[in-house]
Order: sequence, then C-alpha cells, then structure tokens
Amino acid sequence: MSLYQLQKVFFDINRDPAVQVRAKEDIEGLLSRYELTDEERDAVVRADIGLLYVLGVNCQLLMCLAALRGIKWADYLQLMRDGVRKHGQVRAGVYAMTTDYHEKAAGL
Amino acid sequence: MSLVFAGACSHGPGITARPELADAALRDPFFAALGQMREALEAARPDVLVVVAAEHFGNFFMNNMPAFALGMADYYEGPIEDEAFLKIRKRRVPGNRELSERFIQNVLQEADVAYCEEWSFDHGIAVPLHFLAPRDDLVIIPGNINCQGPPLTPLHRAWAFGQALRHAADAIPERVAIVGTGGISHWPATPDSGKINEAWDREFLGRWLRNDKDALLSYTDIDTYRDAGQGAFEIRTFISVAAAAGGAGTLLFYAPIPVFAVGCTAAVMDIV
Repeated sequence: MSLYQLQKVFFDINRDPAVQVRAKEDIEGLLSRYELTDEERDAVVRADIGLLYVLGVNCQLLMCLAALRGIKWADYLQLMRDGVRKHGQVRAGVYAMTTDYHEKAAGL
Repeated sequence: MSLVFAGACSHGPGITARPELADAALRDPFFAALGQMREALEAARPDVLVVVAAEHFGNFFMNNMPAFALGMADYYEGPIEDEAFLKIRKRRVPGNRELSERFIQNVLQEADVAYCEEWSFDHGIAVPLHFLAPRDDLVIIPGNINCQGPPLTPLHRAWAFGQALRHAADAIPERVAIVGTGGISHWPATPDSGKINEAWDREFLGRWLRNDKDALLSYTDIDTYRDAGQGAFEIRTFISVAAAAGGAGTLLFYAPIPVFAVGCTAAVMDIV
C-alpha cells in the first residue's frame, strides 16, 4: 500500500496538461516514476474509479480524473458504489462510504 | 487602509458544473443571493479581494503541505478542472505581486504562511470568483488553509490567521475585502455526495452569525467528520473570516441543494 504515491499520480496529472498528454499516450511509462503496487498500477491503467476509491484516493483527485475522462457525474458516483460492493469498504485515507448502496443522496 | 468587506460562501463545483440538475426554486434564489453578495462587495469599493479558500490539491500536496498559504503573483491561472466539466473558462485572474508582498509581510508578524508566486485556482476559488468577480477586474490574493490532508490546521490557528489577515489589512493603504469559501457539512465527490446535515449546518451558522468564538472553536475534527463529513473541515475558512471581521453576520441564503453536494450558503459579516 502506497497511497501517497498513488495519489501523487493524480496530483501530477490533474495540474499539468503535459502530464495529461503523457498519461493518454504512455500511461505505463508515466507510472514507472511512481512506487506503486501491482494492484495500484493496474487500477490507474484501467482508470478503475471504483477500485481507486476503495484504495483511498482522495475524491477531490479522483473527481478530476473522471472529468478528464468525460465520465458523467451520475456514472462517477455509481462507479464508486460499485467499487465498494465489489472490493469492500475504503481501505485507507479519509473517505469511508457512509451511505447504503442504493441510497443516492444527490438524487443521482 | 482597512478591511471594507467580509463574507463567506459555498464553492462546490456542482454549483457551476450542473445547475440544470438543481431545483430551480432553490437554485435561483441561491444565485440571486450570490449576486447580492457581489453587489455588497462592489459597493465596498475594494482594491483587493483576499479569498480564504480550502483548495483541493490544485497546488498543495502531501509532499509539502502548508498550514496557511497566500498568493504573491501578478496573475493566477485557473481553473485547473476540465472546462467542459466545471463550465468556467480557463483564464488569468489579476493579482498584484507588490501589494501581496506588503500584505504577507504584515501577516507574517502573527501567522506563519507560505507564499506562492504561482497558484492554479481550482473550484474552491474559481466558483466563488465566477459569481463575485465575474469580470476579472478585481485584484485577488488567494489564500489557503489546509482542510484536506491531515494533520489539518487547528481551528484556533485558523482564528489566529483571520486576526493576522485583519491586522495586515489595517496596516496597508489599500481597501481590502475578504471572502471565505467552503463547507459546510458535505461529503464531496464521494458516493455520499449529496448527503447534507442541515441541522449541523444551521447550528454552525448560528455560531458564525453571532461570531461566537468559543463556540466556533469548540468543534473537534473527530466529531465534525462523524456528523458533517470531511467537507466540513472547511469550516476553517469561515472561522478565519469571523476572526477578521469581528462583527455579526447576515445570512443571505442557506438551503441544502443535494445535486450541488452542499448546503448552499451566502453570507456577509459586519466589520468592527
């Protein structure tokens, strides 16, 4: 578990257009700069919002990834719910899910 | 010269990203209240607006996280968020490096702040400015309190920061406005997004509006997280404004708007 390194990937992508281009063209190469577990690396490569949420990525970082990928808000929220259903509760960070799977607090 | 305006408002990205999904009966009065807040700000004829924000890893990360930061540049970039998502166009917002430096030199007499000659605004500043300074004709000094990456800035230090901002405003010749942005209860960008503890918000707002320092500083992060979510750590920005202004507040608008992920708030505060 290296949540700091995992979150740093998104910090770098979100704030730097050049890193965004690199992420699209050569994500494996980009990730070689970070000390990630295999699970973390695979989650980033697949842009697996649900697993990244469970791994503890701060949602302010994750939200930007969803926006860059053109994922609609309702789909973004659902991907995180599905992630918890599949992988269990959030493992680290400050974002444990407190609502039920079917409870859509935003109405979405 | 002095502090000439103080206020606080929400900054949730949903406010600009998805207004079409909100109940118009709540959204329209909220936007009208932000317009009222802008008019009050403009009527105060500020030379500079200090935005006390709780940014979200647009600039500051856990490699080097300041408890407090202030901008010191001639312009700022932003927002960092995808334009199609946030629906705020990317641009340069005016700053004033020389003015910032004088201001920060005064703040440093009482509070330890990082200064920043680069700052990319995220929604925490871009959304409030979208409503309060839409023409980019007001000099901005961005400010930040660490409300995101624990260990967080203690509440009593946020109060002291607000006092330092006030004393710095009083020490320079320019007319200074201050706006805090953030909170109140919310679980932003998580599957819990849309959850809002209205009772908790109203209790907090009551304490803030009567500028009750002891009551404002009595929250613990453990209780806040349990009752109001990690988004409520951003009450620090409101607390700084209360310390800077010193007077009672006037609530222009409060209502939970779940699709905006927050109890939407606009308020001003008397300066005494």
